[in-house]
Amino acid sequence: MSAPIKEFESVSVAIIGSGGAGALTAGSILLEAAGKSGLYGNMNRAVGPQIRGGEAAAHVRLANQPVQCMAESFDLLVAIDWNNAERFAADLALTPNSLILTDSDGSDVPDVISKSGAQIGGVPLKAMAREIPGGRENMIAVGLAAGIIGLSTDHVMSVVEAKLARKGDDAVKAGRLCIEAGLAKAKEYSRDINIKNVLTTDNDRWLITGNEAVALGAVRGGIRFAAAYPITPATEVLEWLSSALAKVGGALVQAEDELSSINMTIGASYGGRASITATSGPGLALMVESIGLAQASEVPIVIVDVMRGGPSTGIPTKSEQSDLNIAVYGCHGDAPHIVVAPLSVGDCLFTGQWAVHLAEAMQVPTIVLSDQSLGQARIIIDKPANVAFFANRKTYIPVEGEDYNRYAFTADGVSPMAIPGTPGGQYTADGLTHSVRGTPSATNDDHQNQMDKRHDKIVNFDYGDHWAEIEGTGDLVILTWGSITGAALEAMRDLAEEGIEIKLISMRLIAPFPKDALLNALQGAKDILVIDQTHAGQFHQYLRAQCDLPGNVKNFHRAGPRVISPAEISAQIRDWNIS
Amino acid sequence: MNAPTKTSYKPGDYKSDLTPVWCPGCGDFHVLMSVTRAMAQLGNAPEDVAVISGIGCSSRIPAYTNCYGFHGVHGRSLALASGLKVARPDLTVMVMSGDGDGFSIGGNHFLHACRRNIDMTYIVMDNRVYGMTKGQPSPTTEPDWDSALSPGGTGLNPFHPLVIALASGANFVARTFSGDIKGTANTIVEAVKHPGFSFVQILSPCVTFRPDEKEWKNIVHPASVEPTDDAARAARRIMTDDGFNVGVLYRGDRKPYGNHVSDTVGNMDILEEEFVL
Repeated sequence: MSAPIKEFESVSVAIIGSGGAGALTAGSILLEAAGKSGLYGNMNRAVGPQIRGGEAAAHVRLANQPVQCMAESFDLLVAIDWNNAERFAADLALTPNSLILTDSDGSDVPDVISKSGAQIGGVPLKAMAREIPGGRENMIAVGLAAGIIGLSTDHVMSVVEAKLARKGDDAVKAGRLCIEAGLAKAKEYSRDINIKNVLTTDNDRWLITGNEAVALGAVRGGIRFAAAYPITPATEVLEWLSSALAKVGGALVQAEDELSSINMTIGASYGGRASITATSGPGLALMVESIGLAQASEVPIVIVDVMRGGPSTGIPTKSEQSDLNIAVYGCHGDAPHIVVAPLSVGDCLFTGQWAVHLAEAMQVPTIVLSDQSLGQARIIIDKPANVAFFANRKTYIPVEGEDYNRYAFTADGVSPMAIPGTPGGQYTADGLTHSVRGTPSATNDDHQNQMDKRHDKIVNFDYGDHWAEIEGTGDLVILTWGSITGAALEAMRDLAEEGIEIKLISMRLIAPFPKDALLNALQGAKDILVIDQTHAGQFHQYLRAQCDLPGNVKNFHRAGPRVISPAEISAQIRDWNIS
Repeated sequence: MNAPTKTSYKPGDYKSDLTPVWCPGCGDFHVLMSVTRAMAQLGNAPEDVAVISGIGCSSRIPAYTNCYGFHGVHGRSLALASGLKVARPDLTVMVMSGDGDGFSIGGNHFLHACRRNIDMTYIVMDNRVYGMTKGQPSPTTEPDWDSALSPGGTGLNPFHPLVIALASGANFVARTFSGDIKGTANTIVEAVKHPGFSFVQILSPCVTFRPDEKEWKNIVHPASVEPTDDAARAARRIMTDDGFNVGVLYRGDRKPYGNHVSDTVGNMDILEEEFVL
């Protein structure tokens, strides 16, 4: 969360087309070129459920400061075609100040789009592309957009060349000619929407998605093994881990289902390797029995849940926070474990790495609640600082003449874990209630004592300041978690301009519930707006089950798939009749 | 990982001091004897052997050994063991299951473990009944076997786990009888030594819920032909035998799964290069 240095400027561009028309590629090129020019930005992709031939939209926002969410409306919309545009309309907010560029030889702008009152310009996209051997409309679109928003031509060209290099010299040449044609055409549309004050720093900038960042964080934290079953929108976590682990001597195995992937993860960790799997809601539902096994047998594992719209198959390609309940309460029996949530795309790296550290330090399953809006967003960030959290498991070192008790009581509740191959450390890990030795037991004492131990070890752990990010001051508080943080920060900035001061508390540690830390941070709070992206208001229910919140509490929650925007949050504050 | 504690072992070195929960006369006692005998013959230190199981009478076996063990959830032993072996290829991994745990709730993992061909040994104690839940029919139970859950029988034909293993790609397939402790031990030794995924079905009578299985000792007979490396031929033999043909039935030479975690960690810095603008 970096403080604004210069006046905030941002410009938003949408490029849409049929699946395969290259809208997403065009968006990526704009984003990367902007990054090379010293801008920040992010890109969300909106795609239909079709494998190919559906609709695809790239939503790109560029700014002179880091941004974590989309703007309220688009300044520029370039439509390669209008197929299935009605499915996009809800996500394409336009105003009379917006500019729409559309193929002058193509179909008319649909009413749902033109009713915005935006200016419409016709560009012969297809004809222009046809004139260039190997020319493509999406590259013309890149040139148009780059010209109108004033992106550096050199940077656009270098990104295009890098992207097309593997397709050969002819493709690169065609790409360049298309961009030039688009740039020339853009001169006909003068818009004052280019970003004037570019923030220059010496920092390296990164271009990364939340799914890549959480995986990188995990590997940096010490993950050596991953088990994978593909599921939208988590698959990229696993795909990235597959090649990354191979490069550093780890391994990923593709499992036959999530029942298998979670158990492979447990098995590998039992063998002494820090282990991870990633999934989304339906997969998490299949895994919960075995998460209970890891909890009871005290085997550290990390499960990344990239949440999507639920319940059931829900909306696989879009975001929601509605796995909160299953992540916290899903296991049968009393099975306290760790649940953490990244607060931004960049924070996926920190939280992913921290999760490995927590799991390993406490020998406990740790669920990372990311979501589609973080996982599949591609964003420009300052190179993240190195984080000093690593897998550091307390292991058993044989002592001559001493019997080993796997589940021995210790001051911090974490027992030294014997890794197979260690002489004298043999034990049987068990999901049955067990004695300190690990022997199955049905006695009151063993049950109570082992439950106490597993509870205490995570409740008494020192999570430091990382349980939340706190921004701003005052007695008007926004209390939220996970991906809502980006929109809340932007709402804070907008409200500050109106003289409304907000204190934002964004929780990264969900379970065990950081009650003392939260109540301490809420001291002096008069009005608390609780926000989450669930139909039921799961976060508010969870907070109220865990503690009594001080002051007036208002609960703002709604289902996805449209992510909660800064304007919605600002409106909740403005419309709240508080004294 | 560590130097072995001894240079030679006896079966007793692989036994723990726990008393099994099994009923007197259960075939699984004999399986435990065969397993520890096989371990002694193989000569791996107990700490270098991992015995992985799910849930059921058979799956209680890890704690009765003096090896590293994992008594996991119902049906998932092969998955857990697969993760372990990929993470720790230096260990000898033995997976112990029953006909309910292995063929019913764990059926999908059985297919894919055979197909994946990770170098480990899968031992299923088949008594054609769920014993721990007190007598329900399993996938290998005869169609007319009467029980409270399926009065008059299920009416379903049992399936052929050995044929399914062959069709799915297992590299070594054998059937033994628990009462033949020495023969079973020898087969387990061979299975562990054979590269890739080895499957041993042990006919192990349940004297409590299937007292009729006490007769098995009089019915089993050695396979009358030599093991084959032709999966189709092996499958035909198994499909047409009487189900009591014991011995090694198939030895394949398919390449075992090769992906595993190495002890050395590579340079992490290269991982971030792709993200730098």
